[in-house]
Formats: sequence, structure tokens, C-alpha cells
Amino acid sequence: MPQADRQLMMGNTACMHGAIYAGVRFYAGYPITPSTEVAEGCARELPRIGGRFIQMEDEIASIGAVIGASVAGLKAMTATSGPGYSLMIENIGYAYMIEAPCVIVNVQRGGPSTGLPTKVSQADTMQARWGPHGDYTAIAVAPSSVAEAFTETVRAVNLSERFRTPVTILLDEVIGHMQEMVSLPEAGEYPVVDRAKPTCDPADYAPYGPTENCVNPMPAYGEGYRWYATGLTHDPRGFPTERPDEIVATLERLRHKIEDHRPEIDKVRADRMEDAEIALVSYGSVSRTALQAMMLARGAGLRVGCVQLQTVWPFPLEPLRTLLQNTRKVIVAELNMGQIVEQVERIVPDGGRVHSLLRYDGELITPHQLIDKINEVST
Amino acid sequence: MMNGSALGEFHFPDDRYEIRLSGSGGQGLVLAAMLLAEAVGADPAKRVIQTKSYGPEARGGASKSDVVISTSDIYYPKAYKLDLLLAMTQESLDKYYRDLKEHGTLIVDDTLVSQVPCEEYYALSFTQFAQEQLHNVMVANVIALGSIAAITSVVSLKALMKVVLARAPRGTEEINRAALEMGFHEGMLLRQESEGFCIAA
Repeated sequence: MPQADRQLMMGNTACMHGAIYAGVRFYAGYPITPSTEVAEGCARELPRIGGRFIQMEDEIASIGAVIGASVAGLKAMTATSGPGYSLMIENIGYAYMIEAPCVIVNVQRGGPSTGLPTKVSQADTMQARWGPHGDYTAIAVAPSSVAEAFTETVRAVNLSERFRTPVTILLDEVIGHMQEMVSLPEAGEYPVVDRAKPTCDPADYAPYGPTENCVNPMPAYGEGYRWYATGLTHDPRGFPTERPDEIVATLERLRHKIEDHRPEIDKVRADRMEDAEIALVSYGSVSRTALQAMMLARGAGLRVGCVQLQTVWPFPLEPLRTLLQNTRKVIVAELNMGQIVEQVERIVPDGGRVHSLLRYDGELITPHQLIDKINEVST
Repeated sequence: MMNGSALGEFHFPDDRYEIRLSGSGGQGLVLAAMLLAEAVGADPAKRVIQTKSYGPEARGGASKSDVVISTSDIYYPKAYKLDLLLAMTQESLDKYYRDLKEHGTLIVDDTLVSQVPCEEYYALSFTQFAQEQLHNVMVANVIALGSIAAITSVVSLKALMKVVLARAPRGTEEINRAALEMGFHEGMLLRQESEGFCIAA
């Protein structure tokens, strides 16, 4: 990448550029610390390229507008933090049900409630999986650098379009507000995915029918295809149903469209795991601490490796199982009271192998804390 | 095999240089750190990360911003043991002094700092200079940046000037240029003075 293009950029700003790169042309949101720079960037950039920015009256309206723009054919995004994400939850469930592709950025701060507006947290990790009620399979990604705030946002938009589903980007205050020197990629450097459109006769179009890969093509409203979108459990044409076979078919399709395509969705980054006896599992800002601790531990001769979850949901079971199988100890580090560690315990069943380092005082875990933990589990 | 022995004292890479600009919300320290990071980062050989920490208040409350510089990849983005601490209020000095390395560089604004817990430090009246000489308290942060360029070798006046002028709102270029130059000049006087002391001692 040309050095001349290097610029100091904030994670939130890189996220905004990633969205635009991936084709997002609609943003509706309500500003909230520590996510506001995403909105500021979209307000500045979108009108210049024919996109739309709307500041709505609250987060409920924001996600409503985003879903509306999505079914009207645009790639649409909103950004918020915990309190706003909580308000959006009902409509995010609606987006899962009607299969409206959209991206929700949650730049995490301390909670519950208004919590710690300016302090870092990863306590919304489970909310990104189980926020709305009902059964569905969620996708969430977690960047750990300014460059990844760009690339993972591109990936999130692509996944939402590919699978017709909301995707959550779990940023956190440290990554969102951190500034690093980056060069933005040229157009074409990363693939951009657009939702499939129907080619059949409009009279034959079934928006929620059974399909081979469980993802139906999606026309924009106004393109000549008439379809009905409802939060009620629906039949292949989109109308409410209470027929058990249709209910099961709809719910299973929602699940299979994600679960059957995990290789397209799973993403972890492994560092020095080839010979690692101790694995540090983390995501988001904590992955930076983990890499620093790994470098320090390796310098002292300890075989420590790092696994960063770039896809957090669906939990990347198979890649993680493979990476962790030969390790003696696993330390899961996260900024909450223990959310991902339970997922890791599911795939590393031997008692005593999985340890957890948790911090929830609004500060990032330090390399010293991780080194202390490595010492504790290795003696 | 793991040797089982505890990992004792360890050190970050030698060329890691950690700076904290601290004070009260509204003094422009996060902006100053951003300008500093941008000026340092203009050198393609340098990696730089800037983070910030502030309270929910629009003004007042503790505010700090860390700038970490290295020639290799920076993983942990926050400052851990400071090579340089700028304290623009007594509260921030009291809070962050313990994070300063032994023989680290301490710069305080003696307009607002009256008690310093050590002998070796640089004191300049950034806020007073801004108010009395430039008639705008808002440029105290830029004066402080100028002094950092003079007192340390972490950034050049030229690199800072380029960034400050590029970022200055239209119509404020001259006062910002004057502020940066004033800080650099005052910083150089202090540096020469302290180096003179060293030789005499």
C-alpha cells in the first residue's frame, strides 16, 4: 500500500469507511458514546456519494429506518452502544424474521443500563447472540485493530447480503476510539457481495420458499415483485401461518442458512499456535493484550499462542477445537464476567484445562495481568 | 516441555516510548495527543497508537490520552510505564505520577500545578502563556506540544507544525503557529538550563 496514503485513523472512522467500501449507502442512527464517530463519518461521507444519512429520534426508529432501507434495496447500517443496542433488539428480531440484510455496529461500553459511557467493555457479547427472543442463528464479528475495523466491516456487510440477515459488529471503546496509521485499500482489493435478486416471473416469486442453500433471492420493493414481510411466522409466500410443517420449515431454514455455511462464516486468527502449550483465547481489544503477553512469554521461553475470534457468532467451534486440541491450558480473557469462556468450555471438556481472566472495571486487561495468569496456570 | 518456572520481571520492547497527556476535560489534551500521534506517524518508520480516556462530562473531569510509539508492531495499545508525562492539572499529576518510569520525563503546567513529588521535572506556565501572551486559553495544549518537541526528541517542531497548521480551523493558523513556536522556545530554554545543571553537577 502506498505510504503516502497512510493516515491516522480512529477505529470508528475505519468502520465507517469499510461500510462505504462494501456498498452501504444508508445510515440511520442516534449518536451515543463511544460510537458517535461512525455516525459523524457517515453524515460527512454518504451525501457526497449519493447515499443518505438520517439522524433519527431514537434507536428504535433508527433500526426501523435501516430495515426499511434494506427492503427498499439499499445496503444499510446503524451504529450504537449498549443502551441503544438494547432499544434496537425488538426490531433486530424482526429483521431476522423477515430476513432483511443490515449491519448493526455496537461499540461496547460498560453496562448494564447507561453504565460506563466512556469505558471499555465486552459485556454485550451474549446479547449479540441472544438479544431478540426466539430461535435464530446470529452472526457477529469482532475487530481488534483499526485496519480490522475496516476489513471486518466489509466482511460483515458481505455476510449480511450473502445470508440475508442482520450482522452485528462488536467493536469496543478501545478499538473504536483508538487511532493508528492505516492506508485504506483500493476498490477491488476486497470482494464486495451483493444480495441475490430474483430472475423468475414475478407471479412465481416466493420470498420465503425452500431453496437449495436456504437463502432466497431478494428484490427491492418497487422492482415489480410483490411480497409481504411480517414478523409473524410465515409460509413460503410470506403470509402468516400456523401449520406445523410450515413453521418448522421456516425456523429450520433460518437456522440452516447460517449453520450449513459455517466455513464461509467462521474466522479465527491463530498466532504461534503450532507448538503452543498455553493458548490465549480472546477477541476485540483484549486480543492486543494477548499478543503482547504472548510476545513477552515467548521471549522467556514459554510456549504460548494466541487465538483471536474474528467471528464471535456463530461460535467458531471447529476451527477452535482443532487449534486447542493439543494445548495443555487455555486462558480465555474477556472484558465481562465470563461469556465466551463458557463457549470454550463446551469444546474443551476436560476439567481444569480452561481458565478465565475477566475484567469488568472499565479498563483493558493489561499484559501483566495475563502474564500473572500464565504463571498461575503453568505452575 | 514447559519448564514450570515462573515468568519473572519482563520488559516491553526497548524502543517502545510511552507518552501520556493528562489534565482536565476541555483543555484539549485528547486533540493534542492526536496531533502528536499524527506528527510522529508521518515518519513511515514509526508505528504509533493513540488512545484516550475521559469521563462523561463535556468539560471538567479527568482526561488523559496516551500515545505509544515504536519501530515494531504495537500490540497493547495503552501506556504502561510512561516515558513522558504531561500534567496540566494538579489532579492529573497526583493520579498519574506513579505511572512514570524512574528517570521518565515530567512536564507540568505550573499555572495549575503547585506540588510536584520529585526534583527533576520541567515546569512551564502553558495556561498563563496562552491567556496573557496569546489572549486565548484554548492554545495552552499547542504550547505544551511545542515544549514536548523541544524537551524530548520524540517529534520534531517541523513535523508538528505541519500537522497543527493542517488541522487548525480556518483563521486560527497564526495563533496556533505562535503557540507552537512559543512552547518550543520556552522548552528549549528549559532544556538548555537542565543540561547545564547536569554538566555543572
